[in-house]
Amino acid sequence: MKKNKIIDKLDAIDEFEREPIPESKLKNLKSFIGMYAGEHTAGTEFVIGPLFVAHGASAPAIIGGLFIGNLLAVLSWGLLTAPIATKERLTLYFQLEKICGKHLVKIYNLVNGLMFCFLAGSMIAVSATAVGIPFDITMPTLSDWLPTSIGWVVVVLLVGLVITIVAILGYDQVSRFANLAAPWMILVFIAAAFAVMPELGISSTGNFWEVANSKIWTGVPLEGQSKFTFWHIMFFAWFANMAMHIGMADLSIFRYAKKWQYGFSSATGMYVGHYVAWMSSGILYAYFLSKYGAGGEFAPGKIAYEAAGLAGAICVVIAGWTTANPTIYRAGLAFQSINPRWKRWKVTLVTGLVTSVAAFFPALVMKLLDFVAIYGFVLMPMGAVIFIDFYVIRKLGLQDFYAEKAGIKFNWTAGLAWIITLITGLGLNLFLGVEVFFLGLPGWFIAAALFIGLNMLMQKRDIAKS
Amino acid sequence: MRTLTIIISFIGLAMTIIPSFLVFTGEASMDQNKTFMLIGTFLWFGSVPFWMNNKKAI
Repeated sequence: MKKNKIIDKLDAIDEFEREPIPESKLKNLKSFIGMYAGEHTAGTEFVIGPLFVAHGASAPAIIGGLFIGNLLAVLSWGLLTAPIATKERLTLYFQLEKICGKHLVKIYNLVNGLMFCFLAGSMIAVSATAVGIPFDITMPTLSDWLPTSIGWVVVVLLVGLVITIVAILGYDQVSRFANLAAPWMILVFIAAAFAVMPELGISSTGNFWEVANSKIWTGVPLEGQSKFTFWHIMFFAWFANMAMHIGMADLSIFRYAKKWQYGFSSATGMYVGHYVAWMSSGILYAYFLSKYGAGGEFAPGKIAYEAAGLAGAICVVIAGWTTANPTIYRAGLAFQSINPRWKRWKVTLVTGLVTSVAAFFPALVMKLLDFVAIYGFVLMPMGAVIFIDFYVIRKLGLQDFYAEKAGIKFNWTAGLAWIITLITGLGLNLFLGVEVFFLGLPGWFIAAALFIGLNMLMQKRDIAKS
Repeated sequence: MRTLTIIISFIGLAMTIIPSFLVFTGEASMDQNKTFMLIGTFLWFGSVPFWMNNKKAI
């Protein structure tokens, strides 16, 4: 009886997956500010900052590259994503279905959901590096790709289960949790960085720059790591959330916004999380390296614990949660749209379990920079398709939402634009040596041009046929 | 009551950040900082659910 009541309650959670958000459900600016600050001050920040140090980024590359890259990311949310979201008020998946047709969207959603799973998995792994501290489990090193011990697997699984249960309860709960933790979390990042500065030899603001260059962002990569330049940092910062802004995944978020200008609220996440927190966690890792040397464990939980004690470890756990939760939620939405009759909570439960299994592999953490870039690039072409469909297609005398209006289930114009862009990107990477961090920009223009060109050819052909 | 919980929350935040500045200026030790940060954490999470974000968010 009690079980049935719980299931009925979960079934009744309505997230407007297949209808525009009604006026009464729109949210104010504060909701978005808190959500972005919380989501982008996250478990990954404890990995990305240290990986910049490991990749030998220089201090000027960090300061300048992050500033410009984050600015470009905020502009992408504010000028590309939010205006479309507030006009259509649909989830990414439902909007894509109208353009691409049900069958193509199912493929896209499968890819999208899997990507979200891997990303959330890396955050579960990050949380586990903190949860595992009292149990003295063997933590992975920079070169570890496979699970390091049974203890690691058990801790990851437990963390994953808790996060999944929170995600099942819906977006309200996720947002509330992120909002509560955000102010405290960013202060822990800053406080921990300040506290270790004297240990690194920073005795005043006057010698910060000198020590930053000589001991933190030295410009020399650790053994086995590639060298990162200003351009790597700038493009990484811009495209770290490419799937969300240029790729349009955050249509699902900003459909709740009263005004399109709320897109700029992403600045809280970028400049607090992807600027201050990345630099802070880099400083913490430099301290960790100065104490234990290179080649040892690469465990964000331990890095934070060394600098800030138990509060630091708790911060890593919560930081992982506040990003893993919405990511699993998004993955649940993606999988559910494959078959709308599936209940969202059941889909989210399965998604969470798959994610937890992925988190067993430390490669998700150690190769996070590459994964984040690939993830954005793979999903980006459909963002270009949505953008062109919204702004350009009608101006060319063509039909927008073509799949819906023509009654087709697989729109080849979008499908080919997506696939050819990915193949071109792969070719640029394999044969011309273009690193994955730089593929997003040319990729967007390739996808947009292909979608326009193919629509001009195919829609006219279809009209002639009919 | 709400005002009291807000005050407790901000004391928690202050205890999280201020001791680290004292470590930076040499007036507190790393261990003292870690202890204060932990107390600040408990104060924050023990009080903030009572006043922040009580209305439904997104």
